[in-house]
Amino acid sequence: MMLLLAVAYNTLVVLTGVSLLGACAGVVGCFAVLRRRSLTGDALAHAALPGLCLAYLIVGQREREPMLFAALATGLLGIALIAALRRWTRVKEDAAIGVVLSFFGVGVVLLSVIQGLPGGARAGLQSYNLGQTAGLTREDVAFIGGLALLTVLVVLVLYKEFKLITFDQGFARVQGWPALRLDLALMGLIALVVVLGLPAVGVLLVAALLIVPAAAARFWTQRLWLMLMLSAGFGTVACFSGTVLSNDWDLPPGPCIVLVGAAIFLFSVAVPPHRGLVGRILARRRCQRDLAYGTLLNTLFDLSEPFLPVRPALPRDELAQRRSWPPATLQRLLRRGVVLGHVDVNHQGVMLTRAGLLEAAQVTQGRRLWAQFLQDHPESAQGMVSFDAASLDTLVPQAILAELQNRLRSAGRLPLALVGAEDKA
Amino acid sequence: MIVDVQPSSSAAARTAPVQTSPILDIHDVTVAYQRKPVLWDIDLVLDQPCLAGIVGPNGAGKSTLIKAVLGLVPLASGEVRIFGKPVAEQRRRIGYVPQRESIDWDFPVSVLDVVLMGTYGELGWFRRPGAKQRVWARQCLEKLGLQDLEHQQIGQLSGGQQQRTFLARALAQKADIYFMDEPLAGVDAATERIIFNLLRELRDQGNTVVVVHHDLRTVPTYFDHVVLLNVRLVASGPVATVFSQENLKKTYGARLSLLEAAAEAVRERSS
Repeated sequence: MMLLLAVAYNTLVVLTGVSLLGACAGVVGCFAVLRRRSLTGDALAHAALPGLCLAYLIVGQREREPMLFAALATGLLGIALIAALRRWTRVKEDAAIGVVLSFFGVGVVLLSVIQGLPGGARAGLQSYNLGQTAGLTREDVAFIGGLALLTVLVVLVLYKEFKLITFDQGFARVQGWPALRLDLALMGLIALVVVLGLPAVGVLLVAALLIVPAAAARFWTQRLWLMLMLSAGFGTVACFSGTVLSNDWDLPPGPCIVLVGAAIFLFSVAVPPHRGLVGRILARRRCQRDLAYGTLLNTLFDLSEPFLPVRPALPRDELAQRRSWPPATLQRLLRRGVVLGHVDVNHQGVMLTRAGLLEAAQVTQGRRLWAQFLQDHPESAQGMVSFDAASLDTLVPQAILAELQNRLRSAGRLPLALVGAEDKA
Repeated sequence: MIVDVQPSSSAAARTAPVQTSPILDIHDVTVAYQRKPVLWDIDLVLDQPCLAGIVGPNGAGKSTLIKAVLGLVPLASGEVRIFGKPVAEQRRRIGYVPQRESIDWDFPVSVLDVVLMGTYGELGWFRRPGAKQRVWARQCLEKLGLQDLEHQQIGQLSGGQQQRTFLARALAQKADIYFMDEPLAGVDAATERIIFNLLRELRDQGNTVVVVHHDLRTVPTYFDHVVLLNVRLVASGPVATVFSQENLKKTYGARLSLLEAAAEAVRERSS
């Protein structure tokens, strides 16, 4: 009984520790992702392995602090090498990161050397590849959790400064902030998180812990602080449930944690209303439908125009021909018009209702004004023209708008004047 | 003439008969990437509050000049003084609008967030913007007609609204001298007018505004001071005297279509 309690207690301690680690990776990861440093984290993790091995070779046993510092040291050396390659040679950033990944090769060689040493196999440095939570002592967990908490605190204190340099370095420097040093501090925090994650998550996947929660959080919000909170939450959930799963399934924790993170990410890609994939597809379809419906009203107006003020019944064929709509599309658009009360459909053909005529005149007026603007002011219209009548007022100066309206009116082509509703323009 | 005093009293400064140092003094500045000069022996002094346009062909170093003044690119030689002191000591008196290409428009910040960044300088380390800064930022937004957009993420704005947002941020800096890198890039006609009315207003309040500009035709209508640049400084001075056919030819070479457009602009102005 006592033993069981002790085991449960130990598990609880480990779960608390990895949860803190997840929260901290989530927070720091946001800045890494926004600063386009995602892959740097990966290079850093791989470059940390030789540090771990060297520390073991020098100290002669697994000892927490020396291994952490050595891992940080070789990790940062790798980052410095990336910066140097970029600065002094023709190698671009992605290639430089690739080159530094070869540090990992050094690490693997050192690992096999250690395996050959007496007692080396028992040291279990292999577990650094995919992580291991079973071997963590309470002191290890307290150490990791404590530093993770400290990292989050640093980000909270320097939130404004980090936000500024991540968003706009140049402006930050003009305003007098030591942007380079702040950037290095941020890099240091990223390095610390990666190294803290090594024992539990492992060299191979710790970068995913940094990137995935932040990338997922970005889909849910347009606010940085909310992104940080969500990302911290996602990181916590991934680490907590990943560790539980790894215990249940007897798998290394690294892959389990990353798989939970990936599930959260997939969910975030698909679901959120505005940035999510489903939401965007729906929005695009809605937009296309509105555009096509506007075109239907526009066409109905054009065809009715010669008969005004009488609203003629227009043969369906003529409509279909005018816009080369397949019958099904036309049918769908007309059904929408009937539902909205804009269109009457009977055996004679299609007719605008009174309300429909007004709506059609509005839509047509917007389109004709934009077309006229594009024709009269090609240099300023460039890139502004839209099918949206409402945007005319905000984008085109009043004087020019009035001039465009006058031109259409004198040509007898101003729709709202033709239907006697000009005051509604 | 303007005198080196605190920002709030710059209007009073113009009448005070104390010692004067130029607003902007660029002395012997060269910027080079390896052995290629981007700017070469630039000497430029602005001693009156003015609305100055920097023009010149592509690759003339227009943006680099602003960046060199602000310390964003290293100088190969020379020095820059603003109100008589090195730029590093005058950070709080400088307002800046960066080039739009340098911005990550997908970054999760709102319009109000961006404008609030203008107040970070006076806030200093660790302090967050509070109610006072928010009120001020909203006033800046209102000046540019963006009050209804404060909660929008910056990527959702039109090009003109984006530029106005960054102008509002510069305004929030409460500076005495403003540097703007192509504030009219990607801007619609209505916005262009709003922006220039604001720049004139700033000038009339005794501030100096230095703008990198790419449209020769509008130089005479918008600016009162023009800097013609092509790696070397061709000319700098009042538009009325410096913006001439001859100087344009020295700046742009004999590229006729451009020159004709500019000459037309000069004629329009004098008629």
